[in-house]
Amino acid sequence: MQVVVINYDKIGLKVGLEIHQQLSSEKKLFCNCKTELFKGEPETTFLRRLRPTQSELGQIDPAAFFEFQKGTQVLYEIERETSCLVEMDEEPPHNLNPEALKAALTISLMLNAEPVDEIHIMRKIVIDGSNTTGFQRTSIVSLGGVAEILGKSVSIQHVGLEEDAARKMGEDSRVLKYRIDRLCIPLVEIATSPVIKTPQQAQEVAFAVGRILRATNMVKRGLGTIRQDLNISIRDGALVEIKGVQELELISLVIENEAQRQLSLLRIRDELRRRNVKENEIGDDFVDVTSVFDNTKCKVVKAAIKDGKKVYAVRLPKFSGFLKEELTPGLRLGTEMADRARFWGHCGGIFHTDELPAYSITKEEVESLRLIMDAKEDDAVVFVAEETENAWDALKAVTLRAREALAKVPEETRTAKPDGTTRYMRPRPGAARMYPETDIPPIQISAEYLRNLRKNLPELPEKKMQRLTRDYKLNRKLAREILDSEFIKLFEEIVNQSKVSPTFAIVFLTETLKALKRDGIEVEKVSNQQLSELLRQVGAGRIAKEATSDIIVWLSKHKEADVTESIDALGLGMLSLTELQVIIDNTIRENHSLLAARGDKAFGILMGILMKQLRGRVEAKRLSEIVKKKLSKLK
Amino acid sequence: MTEKLLGYKGKALHFLKEVEAEVGDTIRVSKGKGTYEGVLIPRSEFSDGNHVVIKLKNGYNIGILVTQETKIERVGAGQKPTFSTSPLPKQQEELPEVTILSTGGTIASRVDYRTGGVRPALNANDLYSIVPELSEIATIKAEILYTVFSENITPKHWIKLAKEIAKNIKEGVAGIVVAHGTDTIGYTAAALSFALQNIPVPIVLVGSQRSADRPSSDAATNLIGAVTVASKAPFAEVVVAMHRTTSDKAIALHRGTKVRKCHTSRRDAFKSINTLPLAILEDGELRMLTQDYQRRNPKREVIVKPSFNEKVALVKFHPGLNRGVIDWYLDQGYEGIVLEGTGLGHVSSQCFATLRRAIAENCLVAMTSQCIWGRVNMNVYDTGRDLIKIGVIPLGDMLSETALVKIMWVLAQTKSVDEAKKLLAKNVTHEVSDRTVYQDYER
Ligand SMILES: [Zn+2]
Repeated sequence: MQVVVINYDKIGLKVGLEIHQQLSSEKKLFCNCKTELFKGEPETTFLRRLRPTQSELGQIDPAAFFEFQKGTQVLYEIERETSCLVEMDEEPPHNLNPEALKAALTISLMLNAEPVDEIHIMRKIVIDGSNTTGFQRTSIVSLGGVAEILGKSVSIQHVGLEEDAARKMGEDSRVLKYRIDRLCIPLVEIATSPVIKTPQQAQEVAFAVGRILRATNMVKRGLGTIRQDLNISIRDGALVEIKGVQELELISLVIENEAQRQLSLLRIRDELRRRNVKENEIGDDFVDVTSVFDNTKCKVVKAAIKDGKKVYAVRLPKFSGFLKEELTPGLRLGTEMADRARFWGHCGGIFHTDELPAYSITKEEVESLRLIMDAKEDDAVVFVAEETENAWDALKAVTLRAREALAKVPEETRTAKPDGTTRYMRPRPGAARMYPETDIPPIQISAEYLRNLRKNLPELPEKKMQRLTRDYKLNRKLAREILDSEFIKLFEEIVNQSKVSPTFAIVFLTETLKALKRDGIEVEKVSNQQLSELLRQVGAGRIAKEATSDIIVWLSKHKEADVTESIDALGLGMLSLTELQVIIDNTIRENHSLLAARGDKAFGILMGILMKQLRGRVEAKRLSEIVKKKLSKLK
Repeated sequence: MTEKLLGYKGKALHFLKEVEAEVGDTIRVSKGKGTYEGVLIPRSEFSDGNHVVIKLKNGYNIGILVTQETKIERVGAGQKPTFSTSPLPKQQEELPEVTILSTGGTIASRVDYRTGGVRPALNANDLYSIVPELSEIATIKAEILYTVFSENITPKHWIKLAKEIAKNIKEGVAGIVVAHGTDTIGYTAAALSFALQNIPVPIVLVGSQRSADRPSSDAATNLIGAVTVASKAPFAEVVVAMHRTTSDKAIALHRGTKVRKCHTSRRDAFKSINTLPLAILEDGELRMLTQDYQRRNPKREVIVKPSFNEKVALVKFHPGLNRGVIDWYLDQGYEGIVLEGTGLGHVSSQCFATLRRAIAENCLVAMTSQCIWGRVNMNVYDTGRDLIKIGVIPLGDMLSETALVKIMWVLAQTKSVDEAKKLLAKNVTHEVSDRTVYQDYER
């Protein structure tokens, strides 16, 4: 792959962001279940089929209709604390959760969006199994906002309030597995206009919106609680929807990769055309080549044949070499075909001649495969080992993808992977099918209610930034760190009510805790209450800054313990001046000859010995002052 | 309220009329800070008259408050909704013929995504296109008998339905399916069980607990199950076909006289009470749970007795019940009363005098239990013995609802109280059993 710096302006990059943020409301959007996920085994399961509703036929989400025809079923996993009959679609939804509505309206006002007068909950048809009903309940809460981001304003299309979907837990052959604990957790959706021009800008917008969301204190935190969908297109490319970017930091990389992927596909298209590959030459002639692999050493193929499956192959004329072409790091045209085959054929994967011989498939096997398939040197051959129906579906998907490679960049929905690459998820669904949720009456937003909300809006992050740097004498970097952390509220409480240094508090709440976490300490077990108490004690001079890490480690193992208990348990009580002086005097006496011999270096040596002994029981600064005094007297 | 401005009233209606806008038209609403453009959507008749609802280009609906500053323009005319039916599956003539009679329960529907309207399937072609699987099971004859909410159905509807079914049976169909709202489907099933006796083929009532417009609806699975049973089940009885569990796996076939809706919303709301379902349909296979049933026999002649006496009441006893309630029924000339008593079949001694009056006035008084499960036994306690002495008839393990329907039917078959009592004591159509075996309540 050629690595080139992309001029995004030149390729006409356009990005729209859809940010989905879970709210931290106590209850779900349309029922009174907890907004939590369960671990471990489900209590019970149930099985459903989702039927594409009429008038969708023809314009229906083709993937969903395909699955329905194949008899795909959905197995839902449940547990009583996190879901009730509402999530099971066994009971009508309750009224819209007012706490969630308040959050969505607060966010709207902070983004300068205009709340609608009357909110109508809609049913948006989604029949991939992620919603037990077959639709997602969603609504527009406000329209047309503007977010001020680094001096530039980004227009917001709308702010929505909707239910989160069930979590996919896996699938085997034609049974999809979902867990419905996440279903119905309130989400706000913030959709920007597709006006973002560079990957960097997209990331900045996402960060800025994220900060505004967090400033409300009404949103959940942690992995999986915020998900970005990206709509990305380049000139001559296609509109590709990328779902589920879980880390804000990944956004620019995902966009760079997608732009690169589309550029690579366009380049491959041109090369294929130059090689004079014709769309109509790529046929669906699937050949049973099982006999080629009668004595194969390839484990996958061998096991499949043993299971009674067959090996089917298709010839892709003049495609030799193209399947191994890298689109973006780790992603080849062959990968794209394999992903399609997996989706449509529910098969494990495909083999193709561009990567063979390999996987214990021998040169001889490849040669006889080519012979049977009548493949010329510049043809590629793709094969799968599967049950006939699935094998054909898989190979059909492969040939379709091959034909598309000649024509265009396909419009599709892709999933973001944690490394910033994306993989095929499904074809882009047709225009959203929406109709009213008649079980929930429209919700009117009174001017009075909005006036009150406006009066009590949380501080905007930019304003807060200014205030933090001013009031606590922080540099922007430190202010940013605490502002982006989950402890901003706690931080302000602590520094306003104690004498702890704001800088120390920030470093402690961000870097120290992070470092401890990296070392495997379960810092999340330490409560805000304990953190607060610890920092107050530091401020009061009862705990040395150097002792705080040890105390956190202790607290993480002693739930609900008092900070004072930890001081006792660890023997970290601060020493009185008298105690200190005795210890210092003794140490000087014991090391007298050594100190005398080293002259000017005596201070450092003495400090070293003392700190080792007293660490955590005295502030280093205080100790050094006393030691200096003592040494000067010695001279 | 007009069809063209469905549901609108008050100020909103006035504004819309002024610009001659109709539902489905594209309109532009401007006020203060914003301008909103979209398709005018019908308004729920329970909503206020101050908001106009439009569907935005992105598919979402919003309501806009109409004030003095509001300006509404009609931007474009609406398109009439057209449903392009997908090509119909090929009819296979050798398949058994099944009649589907619709009473108003929406067993299949389509959504008009443009205005949000939900339209029920109107004929066999609609049904085929919405549930294409039906064409592989039977040839369908579909008929809408009436369109009423289940709670608005009366004995008059039972009579019309029974006659229509009898007509179809005589025409030789392989089975009948009745699409019915679930609220009172049990009453109708009981009524048909008494009105149509000696039936040669199955009569299958079917409904859905979750609306037919949703992809997750139980409607299609239930309907497919019902048509399967109507076309090939070995029994010839009146049954209700509904989900057996919350999963889309099995359909339970409940006897019309033994079935009760036991949950407000769940798919598996229907239970056979004091007995097992007649059969279970799972993966296309029908499994009979008893051998005591009437076999399908196309040569059998149906006996039609489609009459019901509406002067029968079902009175639920509760602590403090004012016996004047029962007196009122008697004053109104009621000829039958089902008492839904406590426990083994009791009402307070306060009611005794009125009950004596009822018996003296030739009103048929019978007892069922509000426990739902189990049978009444009025020999165990004094109150029960007193009631028997007064002349209250214990109805064994009969459901209260079935008892009501049975007495309505009995009192329409004969004028004689003695004859009526004899008929009431007879097990006409599995409505009562003399033996209850141990089983899980919920099955
Ligand atoms: Zn719930």
